Amino acid sequence: MSETIETSSEIITLTIDGQEIQAAAGQTILQAAQKNGIYIPTLCALHATKENGLESDIAPGTCRICTVKVNGRTMAACTTPVAQGFVVENDTEELNDLRKTIVELLFVEGNHFCPSCEKSGSCDLQALAYRYQMLSPRFRYAFSSREVNAESPKLLFDRNRCILCRRCVLAIRTEDGKQLFGFTKRGDKSGIIMDEELVKNISEEQAQQAMHICPVGAIIRKEKGFDTPFGQRKYDQNPIGSETVCTTCNGEKS
Amino acid sequence: MKKPIIATASLAGCFGCHMSFLDIDERILDLVELVHWGKSPINDIKTFEQDCDIALIEGGCCNDEHIHTLRDFRKHCRILVAVGECAIMGGLPAMRNNIPIQECLEEAYLNTPSTAQANPERILPNDAELPALLDKVYPCHEIVKMDYFLPGCPPRADLIYGALTALVTGQKAKLPYEVIKFD
Repeated sequence: MSETIETSSEIITLTIDGQEIQAAAGQTILQAAQKNGIYIPTLCALHATKENGLESDIAPGTCRICTVKVNGRTMAACTTPVAQGFVVENDTEELNDLRKTIVELLFVEGNHFCPSCEKSGSCDLQALAYRYQMLSPRFRYAFSSREVNAESPKLLFDRNRCILCRRCVLAIRTEDGKQLFGFTKRGDKSGIIMDEELVKNISEEQAQQAMHICPVGAIIRKEKGFDTPFGQRKYDQNPIGSETVCTTCNGEKS
Repeated sequence: MKKPIIATASLAGCFGCHMSFLDIDERILDLVELVHWGKSPINDIKTFEQDCDIALIEGGCCNDEHIHTLRDFRKHCRILVAVGECAIMGGLPAMRNNIPIQECLEEAYLNTPSTAQANPERILPNDAELPALLDKVYPCHEIVKMDYFLPGCPPRADLIYGALTALVTGQKAKLPYEVIKFD
């Protein structure tokens, strides 16, 4: 599991879905794919952009939605470094069905009531459900009992929607580097805890960044809501992944 | 060929899905050419006079009457379609699933600003005629087998119309990206 990824100048050649691409040694399969405009879905991994304020890509490897087949074995694209001659399968019926299953499991495991969520329309989990045409999860809803923390003046933390991706833990820090969120417990008791003292004093920009980095509606900035009309939200018109990806290069494919 | 018969029901829902269905506007006239109507709140027919081909179910199950109605639909209809967020995942009513029923009832009938004064004897509804609340609100497919799902709160009128005409005419439903939304 890498938080930051070191790359070198050595060039590696691999194929993704039959397309030959080149990548720098040390890059992950996901980074190589993004550089070449190939879409691999992510929920936990996040590419550093000006918009999200990250200095380097993060890849916690928690959600496994980026699962690809490397030389016939399933691997997480966000944590597997490229190697010479890799044959990667990505956009296949089998893998997309597996990804759809992961989305369905996430939907039944938390309490994702989209109509009441401010992130609806801009939520990555919901957008992946649209992309894989999930009309209804195949599994029973757990209706888990989860706490909502609305104490902080700037942030609402709704654990009902948390998918434990760990983005907030890795990416959201105070100016002097203190973590605002942390992981607690293990297995099915895992959860995210919030440092209430630190969160109380965050700036408006940081609250906005926290909401932006959360792929679902678990972290919501308070006092300003539902400001994008239906039809103009992030995934209203086009499915997630339909844009070509590399956002650090001003939207160019490179 | 005999026209298929459509039935509809609203269980623990807000009738928004039925309203969205009526939002197909004048296309309802095209639909009337294609189908007969059976039991439905739209025509106020209350019993199954004959078995139906397609049933649209709005809402999940929050009391024993809903369970009874849903099982009755399963018995009398060939294809059951779960329409909307509540039918598919319990929706807004399911937000009570982690709150004890006693607490829900007290909040609704005793403690709100509008009921605290109006109910001085602090009576919770207890008539034997009233359906009994279930421990939780259940999505329809956890009670009976459902055949299709149309998500949305409510599902877009275009989605309902597209899916229904496809079912009736035996074609594959066209589901463009814009019509499948969960909100």
